[in-house]
Amino acid sequence: MSKFVQVTTTVNGENVSRSVEPRTNLVDFVRYDLELTGSHVGCEHGVCGACTIRLNGEIVRGCLVLAAQADGGVVETIEGLSESGKISDLQDSFLTRNAGQCGSCTPGMLLTADSLLEENKAPTRTEIREYISGNYCRCTGFEAIVDAIEMTSKKRRGGS
Amino acid sequence: MKPSNFDYVKPKTLEETLTLLGDGGRDSVVLAGGQSLMPTLNMRLSAPDLLVDINGLDELSGVKLEGNQIRIGALTRHVEVENSSVIAENCPLIALAMPHIAHPAIRNRGTFGGSIALADPAAELPACICALGAKIEIVGPGGDRKIVAKDFFKDLYETDLKDGEIVTAVEIPVTSSKTKIAFDELSRRHGDYAMAGLAVNAIMEGKKIENISICFFAISATPVLAEGAAGILNNGILDDDSLGKAIQQLESDLDPLPDLYASRALKMHYAKELLKRNLESWMS
Ligand code: FES
Ligand code: FES
Repeated sequence: MSKFVQVTTTVNGENVSRSVEPRTNLVDFVRYDLELTGSHVGCEHGVCGACTIRLNGEIVRGCLVLAAQADGGVVETIEGLSESGKISDLQDSFLTRNAGQCGSCTPGMLLTADSLLEENKAPTRTEIREYISGNYCRCTGFEAIVDAIEMTSKKRRGGS
Repeated sequence: MKPSNFDYVKPKTLEETLTLLGDGGRDSVVLAGGQSLMPTLNMRLSAPDLLVDINGLDELSGVKLEGNQIRIGALTRHVEVENSSVIAENCPLIALAMPHIAHPAIRNRGTFGGSIALADPAAELPACICALGAKIEIVGPGGDRKIVAKDFFKDLYETDLKDGEIVTAVEIPVTSSKTKIAFDELSRRHGDYAMAGLAVNAIMEGKKIENISICFFAISATPVLAEGAAGILNNGILDDDSLGKAIQQLESDLDPLPDLYASRALKMHYAKELLKRNLESWMS
């Protein structure tokens, strides 16, 4: 069996093909092989959510999926979501509410919040907290993060 | 940490999968959702030399209603089960348990069969399927077989699965109009591992319990059916007296395994409290 596997996938709309060690996880793949360092790495065992990436339209733990498993799939990272403008209002709210401090958890929080708002247009604060419960902010700024997500959802619904 | 190196193969058929797993010369493991396997690899708690990725086996995926059984394919993701109307209508106990399993990003990958095959003592689904009297379908070198859920879980992370076998599906009897269920767990934060949990499946005629299964998780090495307590409640009216006796009976039904956070006595207290809270709510 070969020491490398070929991964051919779409990352933020671009086709990429790389040969990687089977053990390479998806977040290391985007960070090291593709130099997209917006996705962060914290615990490497699925607890912190810093590595959140979208795979085939769903958020996943980048540290718990192999790059090889993204073969033939569609990968989106914080870079892609930022550049497309899809989450610019969410990013503005994070700025306004000062919801990013050191910024380590922020990319993961943004992807998770974006996924929540896709599923639920009007989440309550409790629902927001539940949904982001798998994303840790070690600066502990959860209140501001919940504020920012709530603010975005209200704005999207035409409120203030 | 990073895992040690391994080979990776993604078979296209079940047959091919069994051949790969049956190669006794290799230390191989099945990669399904990976939400428990990947952490153990990343932390080098295990270092297999071959990962057999079964995510290409579409036939193992999906929820189907077949007569009076629901068949959940082993590769069905938690998120699919959570959003399935078949499950919501025919197996509300599983529907109730799903949001307790980790977090959305993990439920997008984690699989039903993976949770069963891993047999984590704090996992929700093994306890639910024991309470529901489900059967587990297994395929291996010796052919197909089915096993009742409660006989499948042997010890801490130990199941009845033999070398080269994999779980392919779980069959759950559909609920009846007289079904009454409860699911509850104690955990520090939402989505964290349970400190103690309870899954109950009963057939009730008014206040009378015709048949009840009470299964605890995160109490011992495997899910535990409290058969003595169930015996006390079966064929009787649920009231303070019968519930009190059933709770007392947990002293003999359960043999809690203390962990870093809870002594044996504290685990027993959790178990009693869970049963009390949940069945009391049925009385009001
Ligand atoms: S780095 Fe993936 S969850 Fe922490
Ligand atoms: S802003 Fe520092 S970890 Fe969240």
